[in-house]
Amino acid sequence: MYIKRLAAAAAIVLAAVGGAQAKDWSKVRIGTEGAYPPFNSLTADGKLVGFDIDIANALCEEMKVECEFVTQDWDGMIPALQAGKFDAVIASMSITEERKQKVDFTNKYYNTPPAIAVPKDSKLKGTTDADLKGVMLGAQSSTTHSNYAEEKLPSADLKLYPTPDEYKLDIANGRIDAVIDDVVVLSDWLKTDDGACCKILGTLVPDPVINGEGAGIAIRKEDGDLKEMFNKAIAAIRANGKYQEINDKYFDFDVYGG
Amino acid sequence: MNEALTLLSFGDAGWGDEIAHGVLITVSLAICTLPLGLALGFVLALAKKSEDPSLRLAANIYTTIFRGLPELLTLFLVYFGVQIAIQQVLKLIGVDAYIEVNSFVAGMVALALVFSSYASEAFLSAFRGIPQGQYEGGYSLGLSHGKTMRLVVLPQLIRLALPALGNLWLILLKDTSLISVVGLSDLIRQSGIAARVTKEPFLFFGIACLIYLVLAMISSIGLSRIENWSKRGETER
Amino acid sequence: MALWIVAGAALVYYLSLNVVSPFFLKYWPEYVHGFLITLKIVGASLLIGAALSLPIAIARSSKSRILNGVSYAYVYFFRGTPLLAQTFLIYYGAGSFRDALTDIGLWWFFRDATYCVIFAFALNTSAYQAEILRGSIENVPKGQWEGAEALGLSKPVIFFKIILPQALMVALRPYGNEIILMIKGSAIAAIVTIYDIMGETRRAYSRSYDFQAYIWAAVLYLFLVETLRRIWDKFEARLTRHLKR
Repeated sequence: MYIKRLAAAAAIVLAAVGGAQAKDWSKVRIGTEGAYPPFNSLTADGKLVGFDIDIANALCEEMKVECEFVTQDWDGMIPALQAGKFDAVIASMSITEERKQKVDFTNKYYNTPPAIAVPKDSKLKGTTDADLKGVMLGAQSSTTHSNYAEEKLPSADLKLYPTPDEYKLDIANGRIDAVIDDVVVLSDWLKTDDGACCKILGTLVPDPVINGEGAGIAIRKEDGDLKEMFNKAIAAIRANGKYQEINDKYFDFDVYGG
Repeated sequence: MNEALTLLSFGDAGWGDEIAHGVLITVSLAICTLPLGLALGFVLALAKKSEDPSLRLAANIYTTIFRGLPELLTLFLVYFGVQIAIQQVLKLIGVDAYIEVNSFVAGMVALALVFSSYASEAFLSAFRGIPQGQYEGGYSLGLSHGKTMRLVVLPQLIRLALPALGNLWLILLKDTSLISVVGLSDLIRQSGIAARVTKEPFLFFGIACLIYLVLAMISSIGLSRIENWSKRGETER
Repeated sequence: MALWIVAGAALVYYLSLNVVSPFFLKYWPEYVHGFLITLKIVGASLLIGAALSLPIAIARSSKSRILNGVSYAYVYFFRGTPLLAQTFLIYYGAGSFRDALTDIGLWWFFRDATYCVIFAFALNTSAYQAEILRGSIENVPKGQWEGAEALGLSKPVIFFKIILPQALMVALRPYGNEIILMIKGSAIAAIVTIYDIMGETRRAYSRSYDFQAYIWAAVLYLFLVETLRRIWDKFEARLTRHLKR
């Protein structure tokens, strides 16, 4: 037992010596998921692409800092941010009250409503709770969409998946009857070959408490200075046309929202 | 069939290289865990047969906990918990630093915790299989306690514990699959990604199962070699 | 040791402090629900697995080459590959054979994640149980067969009335271990959308980001496994009381 404690103490001291340095933001590590096209996804050779990634790069350029991307499973995103695995989350994370208790957010950098997609031959008519009674509804876990389904669509039988890829597999083979996710994510998927199975049933009216005020960049609470840097940079790329350029590269509408 | 072969080929079109990389991670995780688990297990076994009742109790509590918890839960406890704990401790002593517990290390620690609790039982029953006379013989030859342990007891201990440890190794190899859940790109995770992208889950998870079988077979052959080697003293009689 | 007492006291203190915490008050019904689901899955898999294990064990010790080979391959496959891989293979694999399964009218079964998981777990545990059964049947002395035959009993009667009861006695301990392994293994069900203890834990954690979620799960699993182990020990002591010297 003594040896264990000694070793622990030694490790702590070593870490203290090695890691004690002031924070300067010349280098910012950014956490993202890499499984949420078109916002962020991995190509076959392991490169990160998407709207979030382009926005992140534009912001870093604006702030004149070096950015390094870290991929992290969605479930562990906020714990990993708190633990310091990275300094900011740019992964289409919606700004919600529940998350604000744990981390801070910048201003939104886009805002799109949730929607429900169903197989093309689906008999479902509408998107109200009554319409979806007993329907097997898939969602990605720990998202605003899964929370929305739990709060607003309690009659549906909610199934939670770690990434959108799994629910796509399960709706294509008919194990679930419908999925709920961001309208942009769903439409982008429907354009691809494996989205050919399905169609959008309808968009949902976002609930400000659940869906929050759009997607923002999550920052640890103590890093107020970094948050300010990001907010200024967001305003700057909105003003200088860089944002519009990236917006047009991915979408034929304005994702920033009202 | 041809289609399946293309999917499994190496290079850009196929997933062969990704899966091979996954196998590498799986095997190296198991191999890295082994010495840690063996050493911990041995220390635990010593604690369990010590004179000090409090030490025995401590070791038994340890075994009960890690044999009772699902391996998956142990993994989550280590992956999230240790990270939070380290960060808290650092904050307490007022250091602003970051120590990363990556999924490989978390997996290694979690699997070693589980492995050691089972291994300690294997060592313990091996200890019981060594007659008291062996120790006495060692002492009467004028060997110190340490030397008796090292030269007389340990070689026999290894031989006695080997079959049980061999089984534990096979279990360890299978348990590494759980690490995929915390995001390490092991065999299962790579097959899962391939399955999602290609929509061929049966093919890829089937391949993954076959690879695990091959790994188990290779291990069995290796283990029986080691067992024969450890028994070479007996066969010559 | 001192470390353990401190740790144990800290845990008890921590838990008692948190019994009235918002986390516990908010999520305890979900944990109860998860606990019941875990029990259901484990119970169903073990029973179905037990039923399957008997023919497999008989095939394993049969003289027919084919029966022997097939059952050996079955057992080797399910014992040699991770339960997680088997679960994925069945859950996602079944999805890709949807048309074929619909044609033979089995899709309703594989559509449901719970059935899929029970199916996978049952196949897995049947391989282990078959080996336990075979080992303990072979453990029954040959003289028992011969003695029974001399009394003019038929083969099935000998097997079910004389050999099996004795074999089960020997098999009690490994059976107990297998049940515990199954409880622990069942945590895997959470990965394919089932809300067992582990599933509820992950859901609670992902909503609250509160590490307590995992602590409570650990307490639940330990409670389940330890209770079972104790009951099993009592049970075994009672059944084998005539063997006590």
